[in-house]
Amino acid sequence: MDLSDFYATFFEEADELLADMEGHLLALDPAAPDPEQLNAIFRAAHSIKGGAGTFGFDILQRTTHIFENLLDHTRQGELALRAEIIDTFLETKDMLNDQLDAYRNGTAPDAEAYERICQTLQKIAEEELGRQPETASDTAQQTLDTSAPDKVPQAAADNDPCLTESEAGLLLVTLVELDDKDRDLLVEELSQLGEVVERRGSDQRHEVVLRSSVSAEDIEAVMCFIASADQIEIRDLTEPQSPPADTSPTPESGPAATPPDTPPTAGTATTAKAAPELKAVATPASPRPGKVAPRENSSIRVSVDKVDQIINLVGELIITQSMLDQTVSEMEGNSHPGLLSGMSLLQRNARDLQEAVMSVRMVPMDYVFSRFPRLVRDLAGKLGKQIELVTEGESTELDKSLTERIIDPLTHLVRNSLDHGIELPGARTAVGKPATGRLTLSAQHQGGNILIEVMDDGAGLNRERILAKASESGLNVSDAMSDEEVWQLIFAPGFSTAAEISDVSGRGVGMDVVKRNIQAMGGHVEILSRPGQGTTTRIVLPLTLAILDGMSVKVGAEMFILPLSAVIESMQPTRQDLYTMAGDDLMLRVREEYLPVVALHEALEVANACHQPTESIAVIVQGEGRRYALLVDDLVGQQQVVVKNLETNYRRVPGVAAATILGDGSVALILDIADLHRLHQRKRRDACSALTDSATQLAPQSSHTTEASTTTAEDMTP
Amino acid sequence: MTDLSQGSGPVATDLNQSQFLIFSLGDEEYAIDILKVQEIRGYENVTRIANAPEFIKGVTNLRGVIVPIVDLRLRFALENAEYNSQTVVIVVNVGQRVIGIVVDSVSDVMALLPEQIKPAPEFGATLSADYLSGLGSVGDRMLVLVDIERLLTSEEMALMEQVSDGH
Repeated sequence: MDLSDFYATFFEEADELLADMEGHLLALDPAAPDPEQLNAIFRAAHSIKGGAGTFGFDILQRTTHIFENLLDHTRQGELALRAEIIDTFLETKDMLNDQLDAYRNGTAPDAEAYERICQTLQKIAEEELGRQPETASDTAQQTLDTSAPDKVPQAAADNDPCLTESEAGLLLVTLVELDDKDRDLLVEELSQLGEVVERRGSDQRHEVVLRSSVSAEDIEAVMCFIASADQIEIRDLTEPQSPPADTSPTPESGPAATPPDTPPTAGTATTAKAAPELKAVATPASPRPGKVAPRENSSIRVSVDKVDQIINLVGELIITQSMLDQTVSEMEGNSHPGLLSGMSLLQRNARDLQEAVMSVRMVPMDYVFSRFPRLVRDLAGKLGKQIELVTEGESTELDKSLTERIIDPLTHLVRNSLDHGIELPGARTAVGKPATGRLTLSAQHQGGNILIEVMDDGAGLNRERILAKASESGLNVSDAMSDEEVWQLIFAPGFSTAAEISDVSGRGVGMDVVKRNIQAMGGHVEILSRPGQGTTTRIVLPLTLAILDGMSVKVGAEMFILPLSAVIESMQPTRQDLYTMAGDDLMLRVREEYLPVVALHEALEVANACHQPTESIAVIVQGEGRRYALLVDDLVGQQQVVVKNLETNYRRVPGVAAATILGDGSVALILDIADLHRLHQRKRRDACSALTDSATQLAPQSSHTTEASTTTAEDMTP
Repeated sequence: MTDLSQGSGPVATDLNQSQFLIFSLGDEEYAIDILKVQEIRGYENVTRIANAPEFIKGVTNLRGVIVPIVDLRLRFALENAEYNSQTVVIVVNVGQRVIGIVVDSVSDVMALLPEQIKPAPEFGATLSADYLSGLGSVGDRMLVLVDIERLLTSEEMALMEQVSDGH
């Protein structure tokens, strides 16, 4: 077995541990730290140290080691926490992240940063504790001469009291059916955690007696990098229990190992003196010590590819099921009642299965929100603002691929709110608001969408300034614009109203990128703002990209799917509402708004389609902020479709986003509303240049396309 | 078909020979490497793709996978491209892709020895010699050996994005 096989596991686990650690550090109240949290932070650092040691990541191991010692003093209550210390701890955590990344990429971590952070940590240790922290570390680091177990008691007694012997319990670690190499590795690993008092036993059951203050749970967590949970059994020998006959420590363990039956008084004394958290861990170690860490079983790590494959297969199943359904419904009456009830059962099961499989891809929004406390804390400090972050609806679930893509836009919005939205404490109290600003992140489901809001109680958007700035940058604005339209201006490329550019935001790149990213995910973004009361940015996203709510439309004999999210309304155009522009371009008036008309049969060259706009159906659609009327022959209905990529075996098709498979097994194209408009314009331009080339052909050709609107020719602009 | 034994049969164990799937387009006989062929199926339910070259008939659903269908008869500028119950689609694997090609009929599978394969002459405006791996001669039959991978992945087939094609 090659150790590098486990690198990936270690990196993933370490990432999670660091994220955990950060969460706990942020939640820590310096005045009254929660011992549970301190323990959790300590354990995280400790587990990383263990793994780093195993894999030979020296710098990472040494950094975590110093960090761990400091944390240990903190949880013992010897080191009083202050906000600055927590800041340093957070910095250390970042450093660890960097080091981890460096090891992951196969490079050496930044030695300078390592030196600096070690010095900072040492300084804290010296100042706060008034002594060298290395004395403590020596104890943990020392690799004991395992060949001379009888020396151990003296060595332990001579040790620096900061790792008091009373807290170092005796643990019997049994390694079941491990090969030699792994076993040696594990024993070496154990020697890092404490003193290996004795090794004995066969290849099948190798027993190691360990004197260590580390809890059984922690040891198991560290060793799990190498062996699986059922290969390790850990028993606390200091527990005054009657051990099961088969695994009882035999008298040959000698005087060094403190046999449990000889001095029961010593055993109880140790337990009594042990620190509370050690006891908390030791108690569940009842006669079944193997069950120390059941948390491993609550979830499994599966690659997204595998999940996607299942989703695809279930999609197939649904299609097959609806094909069967169609065939059965075409069959003669009631001849097979069993078949009919079986079909409806199959339908229900298939839908349930689809829902269940889709839920596998769903992750709670907490995954996204959890990165903001740190950001807000750091930024608030930098900007000199007091900000309270509130998150709501963290359990709202969203497709994994979307959560990853929403992080950047959301980060941008949060930065904006902190920088431009929420005022400085002085300004806030001056207008009678509490000095501490409030930033709320919320998520909730709304139909097939998720609604994510970034809400601040700051000054709100400044209408005049946006308008002034917009006209300055050459945008087409007027004072008569509605608030909503004005707010949308900030999404224009290169737009920034920040009075002065800070390194937080205000460089003018961003909001347009935010909007584009969100639109690329099939969502949209809107802003609500009231002067003096704050701004709310609302992002509406579909729950998943794998399934789409579609509207099927018919043109000629062909069927197309429009994304329902892009459809606003549909109507039958009347002659009075149709206007031509420049002779050829058709416009449709909808409630005092003139929308360009795109005939689907023209854009996609469909044969045998209806050419009369007044006999077609106009579907008002919106894509990338552009609204237009799409002419189709007929609306067929709404349905959920499974999105299939066209590019897997073919290529991108203009005006088409993807494909899907209909109930009869045939393929229908899902249209890309924004791209369809571009395609239409391109075709128009090409047609136009072709027309000018053959100017004599102009009259007979244009007559047929504008036939329907000749009565409104006087509306033409000259 | 009488010539079939000449190619395959007792000499089938020869390591140098390759197996070909023979199909016809009009009166001509073509051959492609059998290892590229995934399956053979009928022509049905093809959804047209707008604004694509004429020889791209559209896409179809092959057990949940969207597969483009190319009519080689149109690509090779043959007169009659009819679609009836006899029309056959050969599903091939080229690169990482699955593509269906429409042909008039599939006749047989044949093994050709290296000496039976002659170099393709430099000719033809519709079918450049770049896409041919040679001419096979089996008795009095002439087989046009098509390098189907090179043909279908070529730029002029417009079957894939040339710039961003990461496969």
